[in-house]
Amino acid sequence: MRVNPFDLPGKEMGWCPGCGNYRLLDALKEALHELDIDRQNLVIVSGIGQGAKTPQYVYAHMFNGLHGRALPVAMGIKLSNRNLVVIAESGDGCMYGEGGNHFLHAIRRNCDITVIVHDNMVYGLTKGQASPTSRMGMKTPLQINGVMLEPFNPIAVSLALDAPFIARASVGDSEQTREIIKQAIAFKGFSVVDIFQPCVIFNKMNTYQWFKENTYYLPDNYDPADRKLAFEKAIETEKLPLGVIYRHDGRELYEDLLCISHIPAYEHEVSEEAFKKMLSEYR
Amino acid sequence: MHRFENDISIVFGGAAGQGVQTIADALVKVLKRNGYYVFACTEFMSRIRGGSNSTEVRVTEKKRSAYMHRIDFLVALNAEATEHLEGRISETTLVFAEKDHIKKKNTAGFIETPIAGFAKEAGNPIFSSTVAVGLVLGLLGISLHAFSEYLSEQFSAKGDEIVSRNITAARLGYDFGVKTALEKQIEVTIKPVETPSGELLIDGNTALGIGAVAAGCNFVSSYPMSPGTGLLTFLAQKGDDFDIVVDQAEDEIAAINAALGAAYAGARAIVTTSGGGFALMEEGISLAGVAEMPVVVHLGQRPGPATGLPTRTEQADLNLVLYAGHGEYARVILAPGTFAEAIKLVQLAFYLSDKYQTTVFVLTDQFFLDSVAAVMESEIVKMPVARHIIRTDTEYKRYRLTKNGLSPRGVPGYGEGIVKVDSHEHDESGHLTESFELRRKMVEKRLHRLESLGREALLPERFGSPKAENVVVSWGSNRGVLEEALDTLHRDDISGLHFSQLFPLNPTVGEMLDARRIVVLENNATGQFADLLNREFGVHVLRRILKATGEPFSVEEVVAALEEVA
Repeated sequence: MRVNPFDLPGKEMGWCPGCGNYRLLDALKEALHELDIDRQNLVIVSGIGQGAKTPQYVYAHMFNGLHGRALPVAMGIKLSNRNLVVIAESGDGCMYGEGGNHFLHAIRRNCDITVIVHDNMVYGLTKGQASPTSRMGMKTPLQINGVMLEPFNPIAVSLALDAPFIARASVGDSEQTREIIKQAIAFKGFSVVDIFQPCVIFNKMNTYQWFKENTYYLPDNYDPADRKLAFEKAIETEKLPLGVIYRHDGRELYEDLLCISHIPAYEHEVSEEAFKKMLSEYR
Repeated sequence: MHRFENDISIVFGGAAGQGVQTIADALVKVLKRNGYYVFACTEFMSRIRGGSNSTEVRVTEKKRSAYMHRIDFLVALNAEATEHLEGRISETTLVFAEKDHIKKKNTAGFIETPIAGFAKEAGNPIFSSTVAVGLVLGLLGISLHAFSEYLSEQFSAKGDEIVSRNITAARLGYDFGVKTALEKQIEVTIKPVETPSGELLIDGNTALGIGAVAAGCNFVSSYPMSPGTGLLTFLAQKGDDFDIVVDQAEDEIAAINAALGAAYAGARAIVTTSGGGFALMEEGISLAGVAEMPVVVHLGQRPGPATGLPTRTEQADLNLVLYAGHGEYARVILAPGTFAEAIKLVQLAFYLSDKYQTTVFVLTDQFFLDSVAAVMESEIVKMPVARHIIRTDTEYKRYRLTKNGLSPRGVPGYGEGIVKVDSHEHDESGHLTESFELRRKMVEKRLHRLESLGREALLPERFGSPKAENVVVSWGSNRGVLEEALDTLHRDDISGLHFSQLFPLNPTVGEMLDARRIVVLENNATGQFADLLNREFGVHVLRRILKATGEPFSVEEVVAALEEVA
């Protein structure tokens, strides 16, 4: 067996047998390995939920924070040491529900961060309630007459805010999932990767089979630089497209707009001269 | 004959947008340059234009930093000002206002003053502020020289024409002031101090900002909320000079979490807010607790509950920060009483938060933040920055169990180790755990540092005799008013004890309060610090002097309350 430097053996896994999270974890570690990322330089930030446990099982720096709050943390890290590779990983409830406001504004900022969303269209850890991406009509112990709310469309929302890299994969296809994660991490800018994965316990509607039947691959000649076309794809409902839906290369990074240097914050020095000069302004 | 000695209180009243603040800013600067002790405090309504606002400028022989209810000179810029300040206008108050702005003509002290007329004469009604400053200088009998210099500095960018018109406006106001002083026999005698070179004129926000810059603060993420915004603005303006990352967050939840991310990566991070915004941050504070993350939180208090009185002052959020966040963990609460102390305490806040890997609160209020006073440059001490960050090795564990509960802090990318922090209960390596045994150890670990923090805690400062049987306790912004009230009373049986650290309290505080009659002075409705003293030391507080109207205590009020202390 191939040795992956990001493996963290001996950890008791908190996921159910057959959970889509296993495939996503493997795809992520392989992508990191293939990109030759230095694990000393990689931080995985997550919120709370089953998907958010991912960094617990990766040999890399980890900030496993609060439900919904992965993105502000990821930004704080990136702006304090831009040499670090920062990935924010959490579920659909964490990123699009509790953290919805942060999701919007993180896209507006455009830090070089990769966001991986475990999208299983259901709340797992709290036992089967609707998530922001649950399909209408899905019955749950809480939504007893079926989900009544229009599902959150992360692709269309990201596009509206010009997120410079937007992709969707499905864990049923490990290879594509890995390739898309690789592209997202390599991309300079805020990359949103929405990854379909079944919850084998609580979501009896959106199964491996359902995802297979309700998705399709974007054709080879699809041009992700075309934002209008991307919108067309984003609002399709019959079958959902898989692949890189939108790319806006060259959108300026927040860290560049803020003129943040490559010297990490922990090496910060206060110039005595500048300090004295500042005081003199108040004489 | 109107005589004012040693201490004069000059108030400017008008609507928002009429330049009350501009006048006060100019006047304090000019008076300071002439060698006077000045103190200014301001009260304003929560609106952008209109309403009734006022700023008090005190000129004193002794250095003062308290609000005085009494008004000696009132410069009223609109008709509403005299109404708004009616309760403070006494028989001895001289009111300077336009003819049609004087509503009550029965007071002898009303002096018709054509401020707008002079401004128009100088070329533009906009020069009214300049006229008003000139007027006051004339009344005080202080040379116009420093003000002319000030005007040249302020308006040089706008051209000589504007400068000379402003100087004309100042002169018109000044001459009127001199003439009126003669005619009405107004005599002000306040000796200037030996012009102290190296004296800085700052407000509370600037004091905090200077402290943050000195401490090597290099990250701030916050959402604007009065009166916490001033510090954010200050840091934004100094950001380029001192490599401070400044982010206006989408909400306070984002702000605190971004600060924790920054702290994790090794930044010295601060957030600044007020009570309502802080309420949103509470889960983040709890995260800082479990993750043992250093962060400094500035909370500028204003009256609640909820939106309350957005632009007013209060000290009612002590309990909020004392009990903020779910779960149990250590924290530190500091509350500066002077600007020099604020500069020092913000640095101390960063030092303690890094050393003890916990949240340090700096608690101020609107009165403190918007006041203006002088600080000697020699009083400003820039402490060396101690980072408390180690280079990690391959065996590194972020939450290694140690005797004192503190694990060496590593940051990602510095060394060979892996740094895992977790909001879950976790093991030494930072991975989540549900082991009860580890849980017990981690709870102890996080609380253990309170002992050392208590031993290292600042002692309260005493005013007056240590033998006095009555001790009046104050904290934070009430330092100035307590000191001045005690000075005024001049009684041997009452001393003051001012706290700048509210939690944890130094264990020796108990002895300082032992066998004394304790009175506590606080700007809130229930006496939160009195309750804390009782909780910590079993102190029985005989009397609570409280105020929760949205205004600061005045010197007169505190004197009156202390006169009742037998």
